[in-house]
Amino acid sequence: MGLFNSNSFSGGIHPPEKKNTSKKQIEKCPIPKEVVIPVQQHIGAPSKPIVEKGDTVLVGQPISEAGGFVSVPSHASISGTVKAVEERPHPLGTPVLSVVIESDGEDNWDPSITPQENYLELDKKEMITRIQSAGIAGMGGATFPTHVKLSPPPDKPINTLILNGVECEPYLTSDHRVMLEEPEKVLKGIQILTKILGCSRTVIGIESNKPDAVKLIKKMSTEMGLDYEVISLHVKYPQGAEKQLIKAVTGKFVPAGGLPMDVGCVVQNVGTAAAVYDAVAQKKPLVERVVTVTGNGIKEAKNILVRIGTSYSDVFEQCGGIKENAGKLILGGPMMGLAQSSMEAPVIKGTSGLLVLDEKESKRRQVTACISCARCVDVCPMGLMPKTIAGFVKNDRFDDAKKYNVMDCIECGSCAYVCPAHINLVHLIKYGKSQVLKEIKKAG
Amino acid sequence: MEKKFFVSSSPHVFDKESTSKIMFTVNLSLVPAGIGAVYFFGLRALWIILIGIATAVITEALMNKMMKKPQTISDGSAILTGLLLAYNVSAQVPLWMPAVGSFFAIAVGKMVFGGLGFNPMNPALLGRAFLLASWPTHMTIFDKAIPKGGTVSGIDMMTQATPLNVLKQSRQVLLNASDYPVDKFTQAHDAMSQLSDSIGNLFFGRIGGCLGETSAILLLIGAAILMYKRYIGWKIPFSYIGTVALLSWIFGGTDGLFTGNALFHVMSGGLILGAFFMATDMVTSPVTFWGRIYFGIGCGVITVLIRLVGGYPEGVSYSILLMNLMTPLLDRWTRPKVFGGAKA
Repeated sequence: MGLFNSNSFSGGIHPPEKKNTSKKQIEKCPIPKEVVIPVQQHIGAPSKPIVEKGDTVLVGQPISEAGGFVSVPSHASISGTVKAVEERPHPLGTPVLSVVIESDGEDNWDPSITPQENYLELDKKEMITRIQSAGIAGMGGATFPTHVKLSPPPDKPINTLILNGVECEPYLTSDHRVMLEEPEKVLKGIQILTKILGCSRTVIGIESNKPDAVKLIKKMSTEMGLDYEVISLHVKYPQGAEKQLIKAVTGKFVPAGGLPMDVGCVVQNVGTAAAVYDAVAQKKPLVERVVTVTGNGIKEAKNILVRIGTSYSDVFEQCGGIKENAGKLILGGPMMGLAQSSMEAPVIKGTSGLLVLDEKESKRRQVTACISCARCVDVCPMGLMPKTIAGFVKNDRFDDAKKYNVMDCIECGSCAYVCPAHINLVHLIKYGKSQVLKEIKKAG
Repeated sequence: MEKKFFVSSSPHVFDKESTSKIMFTVNLSLVPAGIGAVYFFGLRALWIILIGIATAVITEALMNKMMKKPQTISDGSAILTGLLLAYNVSAQVPLWMPAVGSFFAIAVGKMVFGGLGFNPMNPALLGRAFLLASWPTHMTIFDKAIPKGGTVSGIDMMTQATPLNVLKQSRQVLLNASDYPVDKFTQAHDAMSQLSDSIGNLFFGRIGGCLGETSAILLLIGAAILMYKRYIGWKIPFSYIGTVALLSWIFGGTDGLFTGNALFHVMSGGLILGAFFMATDMVTSPVTFWGRIYFGIGCGVITVLIRLVGGYPEGVSYSILLMNLMTPLLDRWTRPKVFGGAKA
C-alpha cells in the first residue's frame, strides 16, 4: 500500500542472497578457440553482418552494422578467421544468425582502439555515436541499446541520472565486483553519461548488502571531484527493477505504460557505465563482460571476464566444470533468468551470470489449487493481482487479464516465489501478455 | 551425449511454503484451545473433536474417489474443517452431531464446489449453520457442559446460560424495565454487573459455550503463532474485533450511548475464534488490502447487530458466512492501485 515505506517501494520479497562470489576477484577467462557472436544480442532490430566466411578479423573490429536506430552492431571478440555466418543456438531459444570466428591463437586488437585525448570535450552527438558504434546495450540483462536511452525526445527533459548498482538478484555479483575493482572506470563512465544527458542530479543506487562498494564509490567520487550522490538502498527484491529503483531514489512513480523519461529519469547499469567509458574514451567496443558463474551445480564459483561469444562449456571449464548432479542452467539470476536446455549457446552482452542449480533445486514442484492466500497480491511490486490475472489467463479470458493490467507486469517473479500452491504464475502471466499483444496487433 | 537441463519459466528459486504446511500449522495453532476444551469439559470434548476430524477426512476421501479426483486429504485442510466444526459445538451435543456437521461441511460446503480453493463459504461455519438450523436446541443449550472450576455463565447467577445469553436476557429486561417486576429488574442489574467483573473467567475459559470458544488466552497463543508465521495478517482480525469493540461500546450499554462493555463483547462468544481462525480463512476472504479491512468491518457490524438486536445471542458465524459471500465483490471493488497508475 505504500503507506509506511516512503523511500522504498511497496511489495517485494527477501530471497536468500547466496552471493558466495562477492569476495572473489574477477578472473580473466583465456581466449577461447572459437566464439559464436549472434547478430541479435539486444532489444530492437537485429544487426546486419558485414563479414563473410574466410575474412580475417581483429579484436574489436565490427562484424555487423546496426539494423536501425534501436539496434547496435556486434564486434569480433577474438582475432582470427570467420569460419561461418550461419544460424546458431541462441540463449533466447530460437537459433539466430551468428558470426563464428576461429581464433588465430593471438589476441590482435583493432589499432583504432586507443586512448582518446580530451574525450570529455567531445560533442554530445559524437559521444552517443561512439556508444552506439561500440555496440553497447544495457548490461544489467535487459540489453536495451544504451544510446537510445541517451537520446530522449526534446519534450522529455532529463534531470536525474540513476546508476543501477543494486544487483538485487540472488547469486549475482558481477556488478558488485566491477564497482569494487574498476570504480574509476565506472565513475568516469557516469561523468560521460551526465555530460550527455545534461542532468542536474546523478545518483548511484547500491543495495546496503554491499557496504564495501557503497564506501568505495563514495570515496572515489569525492576524490575525483565528482561528488555524486551514493545511496545505500534497502535490501529487497526487486529493488533493482527500473521503476522500483526510480521510486526509491526520487519518490516518483513512472506512469503505468510509461518510461523513466516521463518522470525525467534515465537509469543505467553500473557495468554499462564502465562500458560507456571504454567506448567514448578509448573507442573500445563491447567485446567482453564480467559473468558470475555460480550455484550448487558448479565446481568452483567465480566472477570471470569473458569474451562475448564464448560457449558456456568454455566458461565452465574455467570453473572446474559442472557437477554430475547439475539440474538447471540459468542465464542470469534465479528470479528472472532464462533456463537453458543445453550448453550450446554463447555468452552474450546481457549475460550477467551463469547459474547452475543442482537436481534437487531444479525439481518441478506439485501444483495445487489456489487458496487465495493473497501472498502474491501482497508482494507484487506493481500493485497487480497475480492470482486473479493467472486465473483469467487459464480460462483464455485475455480481455479481463488486460483489464487487470497484465501488461504492467515486470515479470520479477516475486508472486511465484511466495506461492504456497506452487502455481507457475509468471509462466501464465507471460503467456497472457503474449496473447494480449497478439490481439492488439490483430486489432491494428 | 550433450548434457540436457531442466527447463522452466522463471523464477527458479522459491520460498519453502506450501499449502499443506500452512494448513498443518493452523491445525497446530488450534491445539492449545483443544487442550483447554478437554481440560474444562472432560474427555467427551476429545471424542467430539476426533469424530469431527475423522468424519471430515473420510468424507473428503470418499468424495474424491467418487468424483475421480486426485486424493487431497493429506493437505491438512479437511482436518482443519473437522477441527473447527468440533470447536463450534458444545460438549453436551450427542456424538453424532459433529459427524453430521463435518459431513455437511466437507460434502456440501467444500467438495461440491471443487474442493479446497473453490468453496465460497467457510465449510466449518456452513456445517455449524446447518446444525443450528436443523437441531437448534442441541446447538443453543449449554446447561450440562459445565466447565471445570466454573459455571456456564461464568458468574454465580443464571448459571445455566452462557455469558452472552445472560447478557441478552438482562439487557432485554433493563431496556424494557416497565414490562418487568422490580425483582426481575434488580436480578438483571446484578447479573450485568457480575458479568462485567467476570472478564477473567472469559479470558481463561472458565465459562460454558462451544468447545473452541471458551478460553481467549489459549486461542490468542495460537493466533500469535500464525501471525508470527504470517499465515494470518492483522487486517481482518483487528478490523473485525475493533469494530465489535467500538460498536458494542457505543450501543451495547443499558444507560444510553457509550456505556457498553467493549471488553466483555470482545472476549465472549466465538469472536476470538472467529476473528483469528475463521474470518481469516484464506479461500473465503478477500485478497486486497482494503478488501480485508472492509471484510473485517462488515463482520463486526453484523456480529454486533445480531448480538444486540437480533434473535440469537451470538452472531459471529453468520456474520462471517455473510461476508464470505461478499468476498468476490470486495476484491473487485478494492483492486490495488497499479504502480504509477490511476486507481483501477
